[in-house]
Amino acid sequence: MNFFERLTGKKSARSAKERLQLVLIHDRTDLTPAALDALKDDLIAAISRHVEIDPATVQIEIAHEGRQQRLIADIPLRITGRRRVN
Amino acid sequence: MTGTVITVTSGKGGVGKTTAVANIAVALASDGKKVVCIDGDIGLRNLDVIMGLENRIVYDIVDIVEGRCRTRQAMIRDKRLPELFLIPAAQTRDKNAVSPSDMVRLCDELRAEVDWILIDSPAGIERGFRNSVAPADKVLIVTNPEMSAVRDADRVIGLLEAEEKPAPSLIINRLNPNMVRRGDMLSVDDVYDLLRIDVIGIVPEDENVIVASNRGTPLAMDGKSKAGQAFRNIARRLNGEQVPFIDLESSSLWDRLTKLAGRK
Repeated sequence: MNFFERLTGKKSARSAKERLQLVLIHDRTDLTPAALDALKDDLIAAISRHVEIDPATVQIEIAHEGRQQRLIADIPLRITGRRRVN
Repeated sequence: MTGTVITVTSGKGGVGKTTAVANIAVALASDGKKVVCIDGDIGLRNLDVIMGLENRIVYDIVDIVEGRCRTRQAMIRDKRLPELFLIPAAQTRDKNAVSPSDMVRLCDELRAEVDWILIDSPAGIERGFRNSVAPADKVLIVTNPEMSAVRDADRVIGLLEAEEKPAPSLIINRLNPNMVRRGDMLSVDDVYDLLRIDVIGIVPEDENVIVASNRGTPLAMDGKSKAGQAFRNIARRLNGEQVPFIDLESSSLWDRLTKLAGRK
């Protein structure tokens, strides 16, 4: 983005690219946003049976390298047995 | 002779497949290569008018497949470029008149006689598309820097991957450099970022394409237009030459300066 675009807000080409990035992920994987949410819920339930996690901190996304798609889950473990120092 | 079969396809209609086929064929034939174009769009033929050969059709591809003529008889020779031929589609039949194995057989026969076989695929992902990609040694995907064209291109790339065809190359057609500069059109980098296949051609939007189709004289036949030059460059790249891309996106000095100033 050049400095004019920063002044004038988002250009339509940028919206197009962002929208296409999402559309293509779903076209390629057959995963709709709703399906991805359901998968996330299942994942949280399964992992919670073994370790303690905070569902609110779980992040799940699809990354791509070239045309390869990769499902990435980032699941912070809750510290147990003592209080968290914030 | 062992000809190479190149199929030009896109998913979406109206992105410039037929124009690309006609111009790349003209460019290859101007270089002294023997080229046959096949119109794969049975029922909706168009390559004949774009090439200006519509008045000379006697036999078509369905006549070859159904044995009503020999392959040579359906090959229309372009009088301007004696090494350029067209096998037209049938206009009054439907696409099921030809099968993928018919296309493979026809192309195997042609391979022995010509350097290049260019197939103009119909839009869509159905029978006509399957017919067109079945014999392909290489697939070129034409897209425009625009939402639906890029999305459909991705879908077609996915289908080719699933069939384990060699990785296709991309032609970005109808790029409007002014709109890209204004931030109102996806740039070449954006499209590459989204589709991630090798880019073999970047063709600017050009009014002369319509003029050329009005006349039945593909742009690549005579010199000056930028789109014609871009198509000739694609032909040279197919021949294995390293040809730099025409810089369409940042033409003015001011533009390059503002871009530099804004680089993260």
